[in-house]
Amino acid sequence: MRVRAVGLKKHFRVSKREAGIAASIKALFSRRHETVRAVDGVSFSIRAGERVGFLGPNGAGKTTTLKMLCGLLYPTEGTVEVAGHVPQRRESAFLDQIMLVMGQKQQLVWDLPPADTFELNRAVYQVDRAQYEQTVGELVELLDLGDLISKPTRELSLGERMKCELVAALIHRPKVLFLDEPTIGLDVSTQVKVREFIRDYNERYGATLMLTSHYMDDVAALCPRVIVIDKGRLSYDGSLEELVRQVRPEKRLTLHLREEVGEDVLRGLGALVERTRGEVVFQIPQDQLARTVSRALETLDVSDFTVEAAPLEEVMSELFAKSRADRAREDEEE
Amino acid sequence: MRTLRTLPALFKLGLANAMAYRAELLIWIFTSTMPLILLPVWHAVAEEAPLRGFSQSRFTAYFLAGFIIRQMVGNWASWTINYEVRTGSLNRRLLRPIHPLWSYATESLASIPLRSALAFPIAVLLIALTGMSQLADSTLAWLIAPLAILGSWAIGFFAHVAIGALSLWIHQSIKVVDVWLAGFYVFSGYLIPVTLFPGWLRDLSWALPFPYMHGFPIDLVTGALTDAEALGMLGAQWAWVLVLGVVAVAMFQRGLRRYGAFGG
Repeated sequence: MRVRAVGLKKHFRVSKREAGIAASIKALFSRRHETVRAVDGVSFSIRAGERVGFLGPNGAGKTTTLKMLCGLLYPTEGTVEVAGHVPQRRESAFLDQIMLVMGQKQQLVWDLPPADTFELNRAVYQVDRAQYEQTVGELVELLDLGDLISKPTRELSLGERMKCELVAALIHRPKVLFLDEPTIGLDVSTQVKVREFIRDYNERYGATLMLTSHYMDDVAALCPRVIVIDKGRLSYDGSLEELVRQVRPEKRLTLHLREEVGEDVLRGLGALVERTRGEVVFQIPQDQLARTVSRALETLDVSDFTVEAAPLEEVMSELFAKSRADRAREDEEE
Repeated sequence: MRTLRTLPALFKLGLANAMAYRAELLIWIFTSTMPLILLPVWHAVAEEAPLRGFSQSRFTAYFLAGFIIRQMVGNWASWTINYEVRTGSLNRRLLRPIHPLWSYATESLASIPLRSALAFPIAVLLIALTGMSQLADSTLAWLIAPLAILGSWAIGFFAHVAIGALSLWIHQSIKVVDVWLAGFYVFSGYLIPVTLFPGWLRDLSWALPFPYMHGFPIDLVTGALTDAEALGMLGAQWAWVLVLGVVAVAMFQRGLRRYGAFGG
């Protein structure tokens, strides 16, 4: 196993007070604290070379878990093993094999060109000159960076900076790559480019990838397996397809119509989700799909049709809502 | 071995960064001109007669040497650590397979060449104003001077690391720097040579690390110490380096267990 977490917990003790001057003065004399269970007993393992999406709503504990896997945070309880090492020991042999890329933070030195940070990483990770030049050359070409690596980082756009971050992170060819929102804030074409690049890196070097993203397109494009976490607890671990099947077994049937028809005719076919001029969308249980398509083609003047799974965003939001409701019920029972 | 091989790259990056921030560095240098401002004050005091052995030319040598040494040993690691702990940007250092303290140290040391370039004309001025008469004539003094200046830098660096590491326990440790600086200004000989202190204050000062950061290296290069005194003080200075080094590293290491890596 490349990554293994058993009963992983991280609890933070945070101070709490209401807004306003009176509350500020009161807090001087008696400070209230509460324990935030950011990660609360998570277990999973990831094989070498796997690409795993780590999903959850804001504040679910995704980034905290990644930080524990990288050795930045000490777990409150539980054990972690990454690439055969205990991350919190921060041994050089461990740090040589991993990297965490955070979309909102950077390792590039703000006022210097990215090339200077690349050179520092070459020295820090002891990458020999020939391999360094080959790796940087390849990455710069793949990401279309050209001369940008010689401009001060502060003068680069967000997308250009993110691409340079990836180059800096991969100079030592890490075997385990943790990506936290790597495409956040990027335009669509750059998102696609970064996704392709990440997949290529995984395939070429057999690297293990663990990715968090709020863009479901990232997850759909990169991760055959997903781990879902909510309020610090694991709520799903398995294939993305299976997750969609479990949460939303219905398919989306979109019909493009040559002629407008009455609502009553459409309702007879199944659950109508959306209707625009010349286009209607139904939600149909998997086992009734063939029959419904056949009926639609018989009864309506259909110019084209498509069958798709429900959008991943909807699936995830339904899953999060369900897991929160389950949790609330559990808490009430306790 | 890895650390040794990485240090030149860290130093090179620090130097490039110092060049990028040259304007800020220049402003920082202006904030350390207090010895030059005090020089005419003490000159006036010693106009009639030397004050406890301090003639006008000795005051000139003392404060000009003080300005030069201050350029060589300036530190700001506490501000950097405090900021990086609060914003989570310490993460990028922690992810690299080299201890973060090495990168803080090289960043500080890398600014010395630029600051020394400014100190050089002051050194020429020092010699022009006082001749060689106010400088040490002992070979040993000049041999150990680089060690004494390095020791002075190291005391400041480890103190700043310890204060910066405090931010891993308390919300903001930056106010503690003000306490450290107050101690430095009073006890180091920065504003008033320690020799001019009343006996009890002089004894108290030498029991603290501050005069080893400033007064001692000045006394060494201005020939105020015998060889035996110089060696004794060098030993005491490096004992402080050792103590503060152990405390700073231990605090930083222990503090990392509490690091929240927020935001980063």
